[in-house]
Amino acid sequence: MRTTATPPKDTTSPSGTQPPLQVLTRSVRTNMRQYGMLIALVFIVVLFQVWTDGTLLLPNNVSNLIQQNGYILILAIGMMIVIISGHIDLSVGSLVAFVGAMSAVMMVKHDMPWVLALVLSLLIGAAAGAWQGYFIAYLGIPSFIVTLAGMLLFRGLTQIVLGGQSLSPFPEGFQKIAKGFIPEMGPYTQYHNPTLLIGLATVVFLLLREWRDRKRQLAYELEVLPAGLWAAKCVAMTAAVVAFTLTLASFHGVPVVMLIMCALLLGLGYVMRNAVVGRHVYALGGNKAAAMLSGVKDKKVTFLVFVNMGVLAALAGCVYAARLNAGTPQAGLNFELEAIAAAFIGGASMSGGVGTVMGAVIGGLVLGVLNNGMSLVGIGTDYQQVIKGLVLLAAVGFDVWNKRKAGA
Amino acid sequence: MSRPALEMRSITKTFPGVTALSEVSLTVRAGEIHAICGENGAGKSTLMKVLSGVHPHGSYEGEILFDGEPVAFRDIRASERHGIVIIHQELALIPRLSIAENIFLGNERRGRRGFVDWNGTLREASRLLGRVGLPDNPQTPISDIGVGKQQLVEIAKALSKEVKLLILDEPTAALNDEDSAKLLGLIRELREQGIACIIISHKLTEIREVADSVTILRDGRTIETLTVRETAGADPELSEERIIRGMVGRDLDHRFPERTRYEGERGTALTVSGWTVRHPVDHQRTVVDDVSLTVRRGEIVGIAGLMGAGRTELAMSVFGRSYGKYVAGHVEVNGRPVVTRTVPEAVAAGIAYVTEDRKTYGLNLIDTINRNISLASLPGMARRGIVDEHHERRVSERYRASMNIKAPTVFEQVGRLSGGNQQKVVLSKWIHADPEVLILDEPTRGIDVGAKSEIYGVIDKLAAEGKAVLLISSELPELLGMCDRIYTMAEGRLTGETDRAEATQETLMRRMTRQTENRG
Repeated sequence: MRTTATPPKDTTSPSGTQPPLQVLTRSVRTNMRQYGMLIALVFIVVLFQVWTDGTLLLPNNVSNLIQQNGYILILAIGMMIVIISGHIDLSVGSLVAFVGAMSAVMMVKHDMPWVLALVLSLLIGAAAGAWQGYFIAYLGIPSFIVTLAGMLLFRGLTQIVLGGQSLSPFPEGFQKIAKGFIPEMGPYTQYHNPTLLIGLATVVFLLLREWRDRKRQLAYELEVLPAGLWAAKCVAMTAAVVAFTLTLASFHGVPVVMLIMCALLLGLGYVMRNAVVGRHVYALGGNKAAAMLSGVKDKKVTFLVFVNMGVLAALAGCVYAARLNAGTPQAGLNFELEAIAAAFIGGASMSGGVGTVMGAVIGGLVLGVLNNGMSLVGIGTDYQQVIKGLVLLAAVGFDVWNKRKAGA
Repeated sequence: MSRPALEMRSITKTFPGVTALSEVSLTVRAGEIHAICGENGAGKSTLMKVLSGVHPHGSYEGEILFDGEPVAFRDIRASERHGIVIIHQELALIPRLSIAENIFLGNERRGRRGFVDWNGTLREASRLLGRVGLPDNPQTPISDIGVGKQQLVEIAKALSKEVKLLILDEPTAALNDEDSAKLLGLIRELREQGIACIIISHKLTEIREVADSVTILRDGRTIETLTVRETAGADPELSEERIIRGMVGRDLDHRFPERTRYEGERGTALTVSGWTVRHPVDHQRTVVDDVSLTVRRGEIVGIAGLMGAGRTELAMSVFGRSYGKYVAGHVEVNGRPVVTRTVPEAVAAGIAYVTEDRKTYGLNLIDTINRNISLASLPGMARRGIVDEHHERRVSERYRASMNIKAPTVFEQVGRLSGGNQQKVVLSKWIHADPEVLILDEPTRGIDVGAKSEIYGVIDKLAAEGKAVLLISSELPELLGMCDRIYTMAEGRLTGETDRAEATQETLMRRMTRQTENRG
């Protein structure tokens, strides 16, 4: 994952000349939750890398890690947006199972082409999201209740659709969504060629964006990182992307799931930052009354947030079914809790209005690396649960403590 | 007159940045009904909070003597132990619990093993209800009885605490005439039983009817205490005049800008006719009653009124029916009828409303200055749904400079700004939405003098540019200093329209305190 894609936008510093270190610490403090979690993620990665004698970051394990956590990350992105809007969605685990089951029925029982089945599955997710969104946005029933009902409802429908049985196997093409890699091209180079190209493109893209942002910030006379630090940041970013690219390229290349993930991260991240509707989501979560009195169409926006969650849950459902190569009644159990935990670890606030799509991905990766690392070193699932619980508590507790100290 | 039951001596209470009470003294004699009068923000509620222990001993200066003994209350329970009970304007009853349960809430009658003694509770509740003249079954849920009866339940609750001094904050504000009369009758009966009473009220007729004496507060100071019999004399009108003079005698200073003339065409920008709105929950109550008004381009028109007069309710219901249940009325902007059923419709029609409560209704405190300023005009700053961030930044930088918003950058979190700067952010948001009509609701509430005069400058400039400004304010000098015309409201109705040349604080206050029966 490219966890380096968030430039530290310093938002609160007064302009004027100040010692670089002070600029840096303040910039870190204002984005504490996200930086904190990024630092925690790096720490956890290093910890398990040492603990597992280097197994964690072996190319095949990195690929595995991405494919193992893809569906949780997809859910976490949607959940983050739901939580920013001031709501919650408890139904996504059941919806994952239901859409997985429906896709299985379409492809396994009725031999439907997998592309058509995938599109229909996403539409089912959209319809499920619209169903819940209607009750929440237009009838004003609390999202906790509506999605708790949805959790039971979709789980029940899954069992009805499958008749209690698992359905398999899926067509090859469909399985590739979860297990596939982008195909190799060109001469043999020891590395996976398209992956190298993607990595190179990413580096160029990131550096161009950094350069453009800095130029604009300077043009607006905003405070920027001192040139030395900025250069260091660019080098570090480039190094991280290169190392990651080489790791993937020395195995089978970029997993298909990762492409989906990146598209969501960039697309929804952009929508939440720059689109009118994204701004309205933050405004509604931050102060619903004020947003409504500013002309924000609260019902429509809330409805769309849940439709989006429904589509993402359906996508996660397809990825999970493809990974298992079966539609099963017990799919997606507790996924909603993993997604909610990822969002909170990644900087969401219970009261809404705060958080980023990037944060959701970082939060999801913290959980994912913990899962994978602890399994590698042979910690039992019992202790894994305990540790994940403590990490969630520590992440949110740290944030509360930090805010109180800052007096915000 | 009998000996004093309560003496509050030179009470001073400060909040960060404001002195709410300054050397206020109040003497209430045993067995009298004592009214407290004053404009919004004169310090009435703060004084009562000091008395009832909401602001505990030590958080204020001065001393309180009750029954001749110095007292120091740590909290409400401590003052209630001495028999001082306050009934707030917003009733503190739990709707789903029964009358009896509410009467003994927090003060439950216990049986031998510490469990609730239901028989005793019901018997005692019936007896207390008898004392306040309420025939209802004590097992009736509070939500099933009207506001008038709920008020009586509050008094029964006070009686259960062996009340010696009863404090009522605006007790008749939500009541109809019949219920009001009943309540005032009960208070008189309690006086016969030796219970003293402090009553805070805006209704001067009511005060004249029941009170023995009146203390007038203004700007956190005691102005005078009058014995009603002394002021009344033969002419009741005279005594009201006397009270009004005490309430308003505030200095008119010269912090208002010289009004810049608007040179353009002066057509009518806003017409509201027959506007009637009911309470959002209690649909029987008419909160805004058949209000009609006009504002011309380039004109600043004020609305004066005391708490509960329906000014904010009028403004918010016109602005996209954001308050209450619409019953009747039409709105025209620039002579054309417009539909303002929702906020987006109202904004599209050219109306903007700057709220009196910026923290609850005006700002997203956890977001930045630039995003708060742009919120009401995002579609205009966007191309195909994507916000042009550079344009947004330029716009907010422009307002930061022109409104003199004191913040290092427009990316500062709004919650960290001072009240005056927050107000400037809300104003910027709506000025940038470029409306025809701006409704400003208490635009200078809770901000310092410097920021106030800056905001007056902004309002003047808006009018000079040809905007129509409707200015709602509780500060009469502000209305007199800024407005071309001033409407007065009381109990949901317009009670007058006064030109700037003729308006004085006294004439306005007379119209603001006018009641149904003596409305001209």
